[in-house]
Amino acid sequence: MSSSTSITRATLAKDIRLEWRSKDAINSMLFFALLVVVIFSFSFDPIAEESRHIAGGLIWVAFLFAAVVALNQTWARELRNSVLDAYRVSPAPANALFLAKALGNFIFVCVLETLMAPLFTVFYNLRPLGPAWQLVPVAILGTWALVVNGTFFAAISIHTRSREVMLPLLLFPITIPALLAMVQATNAILTGQDSARFWIVLLLTYDVVFTIACLLLFETVMYAE
Amino acid sequence: MKKAFPILAVLTLPLLGYAFYEAMFVAPADQMQGEVYRIIYYHVPSAWTAFIFFFINFVASIVYLIRRNPKADAVAVAGAEVGVVFCTVVLVTGPLWARPVWGIWWTWDIRLTSTLVLWLIYVSYLILRRFTHGDQMPVLASALAVFGALDMPLVYFSIWFFRTQHPQPVIGGGGSIDPRMLHVWLLNWAAFFCYGMLIFWASYRLENLKRELEETQSLESMLETPRFR
Amino acid sequence: MKYLYAAYAATWIIHISYLSILAARYRRLKREMRALETKP
Repeated sequence: MSSSTSITRATLAKDIRLEWRSKDAINSMLFFALLVVVIFSFSFDPIAEESRHIAGGLIWVAFLFAAVVALNQTWARELRNSVLDAYRVSPAPANALFLAKALGNFIFVCVLETLMAPLFTVFYNLRPLGPAWQLVPVAILGTWALVVNGTFFAAISIHTRSREVMLPLLLFPITIPALLAMVQATNAILTGQDSARFWIVLLLTYDVVFTIACLLLFETVMYAE
Repeated sequence: MKKAFPILAVLTLPLLGYAFYEAMFVAPADQMQGEVYRIIYYHVPSAWTAFIFFFINFVASIVYLIRRNPKADAVAVAGAEVGVVFCTVVLVTGPLWARPVWGIWWTWDIRLTSTLVLWLIYVSYLILRRFTHGDQMPVLASALAVFGALDMPLVYFSIWFFRTQHPQPVIGGGGSIDPRMLHVWLLNWAAFFCYGMLIFWASYRLENLKRELEETQSLESMLETPRFR
Repeated sequence: MKYLYAAYAATWIIHISYLSILAARYRRLKREMRALETKP
């Protein structure tokens, strides 16, 4: 096993273990997403027939805000304990660390989505009229799109003032095509009116392009001070 | 190079004036829209100019990431600022044209929406620059610029498909172009491009000046600090 | 039409605002450079 994979595995395992013990990120994400769902349902009547058309947008906005909660604390532990400085002087490849962090965030947000999905179905009386299985690739590709760029921009915002504001400020504009794809795909599947195939391909393209970009540029960003 | 600046300045002003005159009085009135269509003589050339300067920012950011030349970073930030200025013009004149012609201020059509996203990305770039401390800021900003540039084709493509599914009125829409209008378009674009190069040049010089000043200041404070007692 | 005038006026207001930002930047830089020069 190469050193990169073992580093990624070790860091990922450590993060999951720490999160499992404290459940900090998951709890705050869950509560935040729940709040968003409830508040949105006051603005839009979820029972009405039209709710199927807007449910995609509501769901992904809730997940997006919850993901930002998780992303903001990505590097917090590393910063507190000067881990990044230690990493910089070690010969370990920076990408291994990035991949571990991104995968960790990905797992946390996926857990959140799995927990929230039944809640959404209940609150908004959702019953997909299109092929429901397509929601799985949409969720996986969409979550990765948010998380891979989010972890990268979280590393950039370490160097800024008002860190927690900087992350969403940088992330949201860049993520717009992915968000559009996620929302439109979810709407298409729920309403059964259009095919989600184009959006899934777009999400795949987005994921490939930005995963490569993050892997290429993360070392540069991490070694910046 | 220094001589070019005043020459360009002297050339640009009358060029802008002449382009304005042509746009307002020489170009024929549109059959359907009347006089208000003349807004596009400012709207469209500004869009083209903004794209050019954002492209300059992209190239300069890549050069900076490879070579770490501070002048490349100055080019990048000047390009981004001038691009944002022209992009703001596009986003303001667009609705001012849409309202009398279509009766709506805004529509999420392909061109306006992708211009808005472009504007958002580069404003976030400028905000990152302002909020980041340390001499590694240009590295981070350049990384963001590369991400933004990679994003734009995806933005355009995604909105395009979205719009083919949910068609809406297109601002800056099609139809055949009267050759006399094309001539005025190009004239205004040339004028705005020259003006853009002027303010880009000024911004670039100011950025270099600021960098020199900061270096001198840090040198001064280093010399003043008592090291040994 | 008033929209036409508004659009042209808005364009130039935006450009002039940016020019004044550049001018203010220049004044501040000049001031700081002078402060450096007059230091003993």
